[in-house]
This record gives sequence, structure tokens and C-alpha cells, in this order.
Amino acid sequence: MENYYQKDIETMSKEGLREIQNERLVKQVRHAYKNVPYYQKIMDEKGVSPDDIKSVDDLHKLPFLTKSDLRDAYPYGLLAKPLSECVRIQSTSGTTGKRVVVFYTQHDVDVWEQCCARAIMAVGGTKDDVCQVCYGYGLFTGGAGLHGGSHKVGSLTLPMSSGNTERQIQFMRDLGSTILCCTPSYAAYIGESLHEMGLSADDIKLKAGIFGAEPWTEEMRRDIEKTLGIKAYDIYGLTEMCGPGVSFECSAQTGMHINEDYFIPEIIDPDTGEVLPEGAKGELVFTTLDKEAFPLIRYRTRDICVLKREKCSCGRTLIKMTKPMGRSDDMLIIRGVNVFPSQIETVLLEQGYSPNYRIEVDRENNNDTLDIYVELNSEQFSDTVKEIAGKEKQLAAAMKTMLGINPKMHLVPPKSIARSEGKAVRVVDKRKLHD
Amino acid sequence: MSVKQIAVFLENKKGSLAEVTRFIANSKINLRALSIADTQDFGILRIITDNPDGAREILKAEGYTATATSVLAVSIDDTPGAMASVLEILNDADVSVEYTYAFMSSAPSKAYMIFRVDDNKKATDALVKNGVSVLEQADIF
Repeated sequence: MENYYQKDIETMSKEGLREIQNERLVKQVRHAYKNVPYYQKIMDEKGVSPDDIKSVDDLHKLPFLTKSDLRDAYPYGLLAKPLSECVRIQSTSGTTGKRVVVFYTQHDVDVWEQCCARAIMAVGGTKDDVCQVCYGYGLFTGGAGLHGGSHKVGSLTLPMSSGNTERQIQFMRDLGSTILCCTPSYAAYIGESLHEMGLSADDIKLKAGIFGAEPWTEEMRRDIEKTLGIKAYDIYGLTEMCGPGVSFECSAQTGMHINEDYFIPEIIDPDTGEVLPEGAKGELVFTTLDKEAFPLIRYRTRDICVLKREKCSCGRTLIKMTKPMGRSDDMLIIRGVNVFPSQIETVLLEQGYSPNYRIEVDRENNNDTLDIYVELNSEQFSDTVKEIAGKEKQLAAAMKTMLGINPKMHLVPPKSIARSEGKAVRVVDKRKLHD
Repeated sequence: MSVKQIAVFLENKKGSLAEVTRFIANSKINLRALSIADTQDFGILRIITDNPDGAREILKAEGYTATATSVLAVSIDDTPGAMASVLEILNDADVSVEYTYAFMSSAPSKAYMIFRVDDNKKATDALVKNGVSVLEQADIF
């Protein structure tokens, strides 16, 4: 028996779903236009008024919104409700010093948690389950989203946050956790730690895992499923939309169902902005349909993927998206954290280093590694290893403040970083996450 | 009283030491002493030459990162305990040694040591006071 949180919505006919979308889109666009001067400005510039939007067919008339629009609007520029109506913020890890802060009314939190509840029930979760949430809690949306979803389902929620792996395993054993929510790399790490402690999948009760916030491969899925003795499911989301739960995997494990009653997906050509037909590979664009505080119209995610509407063995009719196959910008996702090379460059310039650097991302034992190579100039050079190591340490601390993760810094001699056609090859991603 | 050492930042990879010493050789500059500190990523080559300023110019022109540092050159007896005695003098004077290396002396039964310390003046005073001969650039060539 397939398990649903809201069966009527999740298995609704294409026509029924379209009706909900049409109605909500009209309202959402009016709400954004009326309450956010920025939407007024960009819609006026494009010569489109809320009256022009009568159904989803008119969506393409609206202007796109990008991450830099969100950054420029920091903090209140896109807020569509008075702050007194808002109950929460969440935030991205931040780029070039400016974070993206997203606001939620209680309704927005409820919708988000509902989306996560659907994800949990799609992997078989019920009120009898014990849901161990080891996504980070705090500004990051991972912890809060699955935590709220687990509450909505009625599962016993273990708000573990990330880290302290031995304690994670102890709670997992003592309280009989059945569902694990975390990043796939952390799930793999928990699996390894379990085996290092002389334990195996037989010593825990986990049956399913909901893993997201970073790219992972089918091979990793098989590894995790084997070491933890579970079924591993993908979940997708982005803070700008709400957080995890924008789409989720079902028992079929062949792509993620998008919560279409709350988010309309489009696939566009990232270069021209042209909307591509269903089944084409391109950049994923989302429009929120029921957001009070932070409505986003045609937000460009920069994730490259394919949408497919097909009969799913789980019974859900919600359209499916593939795992992101790459990015249309240079963002890297390292240990679940979004990292832009421009952030690294900013720190280097602030700290007085040359902008000649190389970023190497790799995955060792299912854990992402970040190595940054920077050229040292004559003024910074010293004849003692101690001083140079001290500079590396200082630079790593500044990077950690900017990026939220700890890189390994390598200071190297000038000109030792390879240049191609006069321009340095800045990013080497050795993880082979995409085909 | 000190000697000018040139330190060069090198990539820790095959051939980089050969390359830098060849550049120095091509300029007819003679190496008297040399030491290397290495980490996984880089090496610091420290050299004492008969023409430190010339060596530095050449290295800079070749695109190397190089810096001049004043270090102490000390002549010690080639006998057991001589090195320990010098280090004890420095320690008693509260001088920290960053690194040290040895090289051959033309004088019989003498060894030359280079000391990179945190305070050249304090170190020199303590050594001279204890009868240790501290050398000038000209003394070692």
C-alpha cells in the first residue's frame, strides 16, 4: 500500500492540478505586484501587468528573477508581508558577503512542512516511525524542514542536528530510529562509523533515509543502502523556495515528484531564457504559488535537469524532475553548502592575496574535500615554514567565515598555478557527480 | 655581525631544485651553504652565496619569490659538544632558534653553523661574550 500525506493532491488528475495552479498563480502574481515594489518595477519594465496573467499559459510573459536580484534586495526588498506577520527567517550560506534571507509567515511554514511531510510519507513514514533529523539546524533549511515535516506526519522526531556521530548512532540504537534525514555524505559517514564501531545494519532499525542538500550518485545510493540496510531517497529544495521538500522521491526511486500545487516548474534554455518543451534538458525555473511573505516569480535555480510527466508506480501524478545534472553557473555544492568561486576570490583579495587560485573539490570516503591553492607573493613570503603555515591557517579561518566550511589552504609559489589561454583554470571538480 | 641569506619559495615538485640552482650557476654565483625546509606543497630553499644581492636579483628576474634574511654564521670547533654549547648559550640568553644548518669550513677542525634566531643582536652579544666567534660575510668566502 502506497503511503501518502495528501492523497487527493498527490494523485490528482492533470486537469485538476492545472486548475489549482491557474487559480493560485493569478493570486500569487497579484499579491507580489501589489506588495513588492520590485515586482512592480520589473513587470512594468517588461510591459506585463497582473491582469495579463490569467492562467499558467501566461507564465512565460513574466520576467525572471535571479539570485543576484535576491541579494540586491537583501534584506527586505522582496518581502510581501509586514514583518509583524512573519514568524521565521532561514538563510542561505551567503555569497560575496551578502546572504539571501527568506521570510515565512506561519502559513508559509505550514506549507513547507506539509511538503516535507509528503516526502516523509512517500518513503513509508507514519506516526509510528522514529525520525532522526541530522541535517544542520539553524539558518540552514535542512534541519527545520524535515523536523517540521516529521511533526506533521506525527513521527517521533529526534532533533539531532549534524555532527557527534557516535551520539547519533547511540540514539539511533537506543531509540530505534527508523527514518534518517541528513546529507548523503553524512549518511555514508554514519554508515562507516557504524562499521568502525563493530556494528552493522542488523544493529539498527533504520528502514529509510531522506538525503538531500547536495549532489550524489546512484553508486553512493547503493553504498548507503547496503551499509545502513535501508532504502535511500532523494529530496530536493532550495532556501529561496522554502527549503527541502520542493520535490521528493517516492518508492519508484526514479526522479523527484514536484509539489506542483505549491511550485510551478519550467525548463528554460539558460542562454536565451526560452521555455523548452517537457522532456528537454535545461535550467529549472520555479514560481511559488502559495507564498505569503516571500513569493518568487520565475526564479532561476541554475540547476540543470529534465522534467517528465509519466505514470508513476507510486500512483502520484505530480510531475517528476531528474536529479540536477549540473549548474548553469559556477556554484559548487560542497558538504551541502553552496560555494561560489567569487566568494573565495573575495576573501583572497580582502586578505591581500593575488586572485590566482585553484579550487579542487574531491570526495574521499563519500566526504567532500575542498582544497584551495593560492599563489604567495614576495611581500608575504618568509624564510620560515612556521610563518607560512600561520598564513595558511589565518586564510583558512577567513574562508571558513565566508563559506561556512573549512577548506584546506595551500600557499604555492607564483606562477605555479596553471593558466590556460592566459586565464587560470579556477575550479577542478573531481567528484564526477554528473554524467 | 650577520650574514645575508637568500630564501626562495619553491614548488615541491621534481626538478624545481635543479632548475633554481642552474639559474644561480649560470650567473657565476657560488653556493657556500644550503638548506631546505619542505612541506607537502612547497619548499623553502635557503642559500648562502658569495653574492647574495646578485642572487636575489637573478631569482626575482626569473619570477621566483625570494627574500633576504640576516642570519648568524658561527665558527665552532669540530669536536663533540661544541654545537650543544653554542645552543646552550643562546638558550640561556633567551634566544629562540628558528632553524640552523651546517656547512664546511676551509679552516681545519672548524665547522661553520648558520643560525636563524629571533633576535640577532641579543644572540651575537651572548655568543661573543662567551668567546664564540661570530662571522661576517667576508669571513666565510
